[in-house]
Amino acid sequence: MTPRIRYMLAAPLLAAPIIALLMPGIYNRTEPTLAGFPFFYWYQLLWVALTMCTMSGAYFLVVPAQKTRGKK
Amino acid sequence: MSAHQTGMQFDGVALAVFTVLFLLVAVMGFLASRWRRPADIMHLDEWGLGGRSFGTFIAWFLLGGDVFTAYTCIAVPALVFGVGALGFFAVPYAIVVWPIIFLFLPRLWSVSHRHGYVTTADFVEGRHGSRALTLAVALTGILATMPYIALQLVGIQVCLDAMGVGGGPDTPWIVREMPLFVAFALLAAYTYSAGLRAPAMIAFVKDSLIYLVVGVSIIYLPAKLGGWEHIFSAAGQKLAKTNPTTGKPFGGLLLSEKQLWPYCTLGFGSALALFIYPHSVTAVLSTKNRNVIRRNTALLPMYTILLGMIALLGLMALSSGITTGGNNSLSVPLLFKQNFPSWFTGVAFAAIGIGALVPAAIMSIAAANLFTRNVYRAFISPNATPAAETQVSKVASLLLKFGALVFVLALDKSFAIQFQLLGGIWIMQTFPALVFGLYTRWFHRRALFVGWLVGMVYGTATSYFVPAPGKPGTHFGGQIAEIPMLGHAGYIALTAFVLNVIVAVVLTLLFRSFKMEEGVDETSPSDYEADAGDPGVAQDLPTH
Repeated sequence: MTPRIRYMLAAPLLAAPIIALLMPGIYNRTEPTLAGFPFFYWYQLLWVALTMCTMSGAYFLVVPAQKTRGKK
Repeated sequence: MSAHQTGMQFDGVALAVFTVLFLLVAVMGFLASRWRRPADIMHLDEWGLGGRSFGTFIAWFLLGGDVFTAYTCIAVPALVFGVGALGFFAVPYAIVVWPIIFLFLPRLWSVSHRHGYVTTADFVEGRHGSRALTLAVALTGILATMPYIALQLVGIQVCLDAMGVGGGPDTPWIVREMPLFVAFALLAAYTYSAGLRAPAMIAFVKDSLIYLVVGVSIIYLPAKLGGWEHIFSAAGQKLAKTNPTTGKPFGGLLLSEKQLWPYCTLGFGSALALFIYPHSVTAVLSTKNRNVIRRNTALLPMYTILLGMIALLGLMALSSGITTGGNNSLSVPLLFKQNFPSWFTGVAFAAIGIGALVPAAIMSIAAANLFTRNVYRAFISPNATPAAETQVSKVASLLLKFGALVFVLALDKSFAIQFQLLGGIWIMQTFPALVFGLYTRWFHRRALFVGWLVGMVYGTATSYFVPAPGKPGTHFGGQIAEIPMLGHAGYIALTAFVLNVIVAVVLTLLFRSFKMEEGVDETSPSDYEADAGDPGVAQDLPTH
């Protein structure tokens, strides 16, 4: 993969948590509940775990891209 | 309301456990000055940046310490306790912050290591070549840090309060404020002696204690309080009641229509602000190579989970019928005190107290570095020796804490989160000069300065005229105000920031057309990609 493609793949991974959380209108509701938690609460907590995944993905995409760029 | 009604009886066992743990940490702090001992401790890179040698593991604790403070343990659950769902904005904030730092902090790391920058203002000076802008960034950093340190003092204070140190409302003022002065003295003595190494080392103890306490709370408390379903429904009922001071419901388990914009802007604004605070930058620059920060952004959300759990403690306090006598910051300490045996209450309070002490130390060190390098050395004594600089930093870190003390005494403590949000308004105004500066030099230095000035004046004035809820005529009572032309309420920091950027863009175009002098940029494009081991990036920095 060229560095350019790697950066383009990393961008949506970085943007995903921002979009998912900065529009509270989409998750500001009670149903469906999970283990007693209203949706509002478990949706946001779930995104913490998802963010760890997307950030790891972005890290492994971007770091090799930088190494190639440094050698140029 | 007497001390007994609010559950603030003196608790000797808790206080004893608290004191022992605190002393233990203090001893560690003094020993820390020998850890990774450098040749010359009286050097700002050493006292102030721990020798810039921290790897992924230590950096995780140190960076985590920036997020995980009394803000998390006391202020966020207090807001949830007071208003419900709106207080949960801290979770999106502590998520959105990671992609943002993934993008810009590695660039700051690289350019700082190539040029030996210790502070954000160092970078701004090197990049924009403007002394006025540099001074603006330095003073803003110092100012914005003070209420954030004040918040940490409030955190230690409420723990001491909840253990009954300080007595009831009948005791004289000086005795009631005693916990605050004790907290202040602890912090001051401790930072002065050890520098950044101490908080880095104690961060291990702090986090272990906090993970223990939160783990126990999240398993033990729901079982004791009747399960999550009950906690949410009981908390929901309490929040739906009418607040006698405002005549409206306290809040709700979900956001009201009017709270959607504040929720979003508080989360986003706080996230943009967090990693331009001097103390966050200090933690970032103390790492040993470029990728330590990025690797950490995938690991640091662990702290966000903790933050979310602690925010839920606010709902638990509601459902278990805690009354705080008007000071919501007491909700979590009183929840612990009501439900844990005395000895574990002591452990929990020590966790919160040490959890406030560590970041407060890092914050005052960072702001002191700013003062020394960008005010003292730049304007007062350009030829100061490294030892003299370090001495000035130590004294400045003391004075800063007095500034913080003023904020504690002057502002309304019932919603301590306002302290941090007020700091956010100020620090956000340095964002264009700093973060835009990492990517482009399109902005004219004078345009950036005027933008900063407009943002500061607008932000401070707007915040000044916001009264505390139900207390007309008071000032700095909240950091949410109507966004002009939009008709929605939002976090003032973000509105002021947008204004700042608009001014900077318009004036840049204007100044360009007049061909005003641009200033010298001492950095080059490759500086922003440099990593440890590259030419010009020494593992040990050159002496200044």
